[in-house]
Amino acid sequence: MTAAAPKYETVIGLEVHAQLLTRSKMFCGCPTTFGARPNTQTCPVCLGMPGSLPVVNRRAVEFAVRTALAFGCRVNDACRFARKHYYYPDMPKNYQISQYEEPLAENGALEIEAEGGTRTIGIQRLHLEEDVGKLLHEGTLETAQASLVDFNRSGVPLMETVSRPELRSPEEAAAYLRAFRSVLIFLGVCDGNMEEGSLRCDANISIRPRGSTTLGTKVEIKNLNSFRNVQHALEFEERRQAQALDAGERIVQETRLWDADRGYTRSMRSKEFAHDYRYFPEPDLVPLQIDRRWVEEIKASLPELPRAWRRRAVAQYGLPPYDAEVLTQSRALVDYYETALREWSPASGAGAERPKILSNWIMSELLRVLPGDDERAIAASPIPPARLVGLLQLIENATISGKIAKDVFQKMFDTGDDARTIVERDGLTQVADEGALGQVIESVMASNPKAIDDYRRGKKEAKGALVGQVMKATRGKANPALVNRLLEDKLSQT
Amino acid sequence: MYRPIHELTDAYRRGDLTPTTVAEDYLARIGKLDGKVGAYLTVVRDQALAAARESELRWRAGSPRGPLDGAPIAVKDVLCTAGVRTTCGSKMLERFVPPFDATTVERLRAAGAVILGKTNLDEFAMGSSTEHSAYHPTRNPWDLTRVPGGSSGGSAAAVAGGLAAGAYGSDTGGSIRQPAAFCGVVGMKPTYGRVSRYGLVALASSLDQIGPFAQDVTDAALLLGAVAGHDPHDATSIEAPVPDYAAELTKGVAGLTLGLPDEYFPDGMDPEVERAVRQGIEVLKGLGAKIERVSLPTTPHALAAYYVILPAEASSNLARYDGVKYGLRVAGRDLIDMESRTRSAGFGAEVKRRIMLGTYVLSAGYYDAYYGKAQSVRTLVRREFAAAFAKVDLIVAPTTPNVPFKHGEKQDPLSMYLNDVFTIPGNLSGIPGLSVPCGFSAAGLPIGLQLLGRPLDEARVLRAAYAYEQATSWRSRRPELS
Repeated sequence: MTAAAPKYETVIGLEVHAQLLTRSKMFCGCPTTFGARPNTQTCPVCLGMPGSLPVVNRRAVEFAVRTALAFGCRVNDACRFARKHYYYPDMPKNYQISQYEEPLAENGALEIEAEGGTRTIGIQRLHLEEDVGKLLHEGTLETAQASLVDFNRSGVPLMETVSRPELRSPEEAAAYLRAFRSVLIFLGVCDGNMEEGSLRCDANISIRPRGSTTLGTKVEIKNLNSFRNVQHALEFEERRQAQALDAGERIVQETRLWDADRGYTRSMRSKEFAHDYRYFPEPDLVPLQIDRRWVEEIKASLPELPRAWRRRAVAQYGLPPYDAEVLTQSRALVDYYETALREWSPASGAGAERPKILSNWIMSELLRVLPGDDERAIAASPIPPARLVGLLQLIENATISGKIAKDVFQKMFDTGDDARTIVERDGLTQVADEGALGQVIESVMASNPKAIDDYRRGKKEAKGALVGQVMKATRGKANPALVNRLLEDKLSQT
Repeated sequence: MYRPIHELTDAYRRGDLTPTTVAEDYLARIGKLDGKVGAYLTVVRDQALAAARESELRWRAGSPRGPLDGAPIAVKDVLCTAGVRTTCGSKMLERFVPPFDATTVERLRAAGAVILGKTNLDEFAMGSSTEHSAYHPTRNPWDLTRVPGGSSGGSAAAVAGGLAAGAYGSDTGGSIRQPAAFCGVVGMKPTYGRVSRYGLVALASSLDQIGPFAQDVTDAALLLGAVAGHDPHDATSIEAPVPDYAAELTKGVAGLTLGLPDEYFPDGMDPEVERAVRQGIEVLKGLGAKIERVSLPTTPHALAAYYVILPAEASSNLARYDGVKYGLRVAGRDLIDMESRTRSAGFGAEVKRRIMLGTYVLSAGYYDAYYGKAQSVRTLVRREFAAAFAKVDLIVAPTTPNVPFKHGEKQDPLSMYLNDVFTIPGNLSGIPGLSVPCGFSAAGLPIGLQLLGRPLDEARVLRAAYAYEQATSWRSRRPELS
């Protein structure tokens, strides 16, 4: 619970900018590859040279329509681009081609998993625009003597989606962003990489006395480039606004910048200095007519979306909703999961617990070692689904213990070898020989009389310590179930 | 000199002339006379001669690329030319060398044309006299004390003065037709979208259109045909086949109905202009055209709407000149200071005036009252033309209300703006328009007759102009330059 919760209600709306995974830019043929040498992916159009003209990238429109349909938006029959003016050296024309009064799509919704269950958050509009370039400063912004501009990013297609002000807490805002990102990744329209700026978020936040129906003065927060930043910045801002109201101050309508290092928001510009963007319809482009049949085709080709998969995973595999949520953070992860499960299921036994075992291993081990959960990270994983299943089968048939399996997993990741090779090479096969184990147990019991005493006086936890000693003596190779049974037998004797 | 392009190419075909000697003659004449006229900002002598030599080889081999192969041509300095500076008549772009050719330039090169150089204009095509170039004014070859019109005054003067066989300009509110009328040549603004604007440095994107200046209507048809047609680089260019304009010329005007708008003969217009235009209409009547009165009542408001829409778009298009990427940069304390110094030094007074006007009319709280209203007027203008063209095939009118004025005569911007009162409606509605010489004032100054047509009906506009031209002898009169 945050500080503002009891007295005030928080109202949040998010604007999310997503770079679309098109090969070429929004209005020219330049490539969109991230990380190329500065100013090598430019042409007269994305440099805003005199005489150059924009031409709409059809693929970007298709991606936007696809996303709009996934959110259940109404795709408008016609939409229009508009010029948004402000002076900034990373924007070559000093106006951005965006959409204003006639966006591509309107009125959709996104379902999020919130504290009290599922909530539906309205999506007001979705539109297309072009990205700007990047400024590189010599040193810090404050002390730099010169700045350089890299226009590689200039003109990369951006899809802006504006939620309705229906989010009620920073947690919900983060949940919205997570669910949003997951949909985009499932659709294959954005790689969702927040560090590289493929997905960026601005938030509008206001608070109002609980029960009030009018909105409070909103503050826009920029520079929220991770889920954690979204949540922390909004928590900070919620607190700041509550303290201001408590102190009898008024909230100033302004734009604030989140400083992640210092953990606070600071004022960028107030309403009086707000930009007058002087929007007007982009005369270099004709209104975009969206063909109904094309929209229907795109609709028919929509893939299974995260929410549908989650519902299916819970019903069909018996996965807990939390696991399903984690897995749907990327399409690649879900594909990984499904492939592994298919690989495993034809094997012997019903294995009703398999789906959960698999998700545990993916969540706690695979995602721990991989650099990310996106397409790239999953595809490059040294442990493909079949290899993971190979490891799990060794646990299932009691060749190795779950504990040893974690070491084997790490070795698989480090060496790229399969589980069986590692187990055989390193002699990790589980000790399941009752005679051999019995001797170890007896020697452990002999050197721990106190634990035996404790156990017999009713302190059942003492058995755990003995099991631990046995495992230690066998360097983790003992079959834990067998150790437990043998130990119990011996403890109940005499 | 003073041979139209179609006659030059006839001579190339017969072997009486070669593109090289013709290009050399033009370059020599430019060297001798352009100091007086000031039509050019940049002459590309070596490139022109190289292109002429290549053309000559093609003609000699009997495989010219078409009716413009070897034609010495000038282009207004708002059309980007790869490797050749493109100044827009502004200090802002004094050293700007585009890395690409405008589509029009590319098509001209592909057609074998010999580009002689880049012609003068009012800065960023804002003006009607070519006095407001940041470099030097252009003078009217018929009377060097007078203006050639504008903003494409350099192109008009070049063709009138025999400094180019043909030329291209851009017309946003009359910038081809008005200087064509003032210089006694043929000038045409095609339908908006007929010629690609890619590589045309924008003044007002929804109004700008590229078109030719020619010594006669036949050349105008050839020059238009060479550059017209859809361009994938310009989303506003129209996907429609380009007719063989020259082949349609001889169809005559018999049976055509020409509309005569009352509003284009207002009180206070130069009586000599009115007389010449009315006589021209009589000629067309004599050729079998039917004349019918039409009404275009929104005409007086078109000018006001234009001077809202144009500055709005211009203020946006000119925002990119900030000293960051190309063109002039004046150092400053910080970024904003640099941008502000650069723009203060780089732009002339008229450009600044229109940027301020445009910024104002687009600003929050004023948009609906100005830009929104102006767009409504624009819609009315378009509808009126459409209604008129339901009854008539073409509209015939004066190109300008007056004859060329003296340099420095019009100091007040408003009286300068009034020069375009008959040409602006054509830009607001996007229809094609052409100015053809229809006589001279007592002082020997040229007068133009304007023909306006339905969208994409350039062929009929040209055909009527050709019939008129062939029935009169105005084109045989040429200015004496020495």
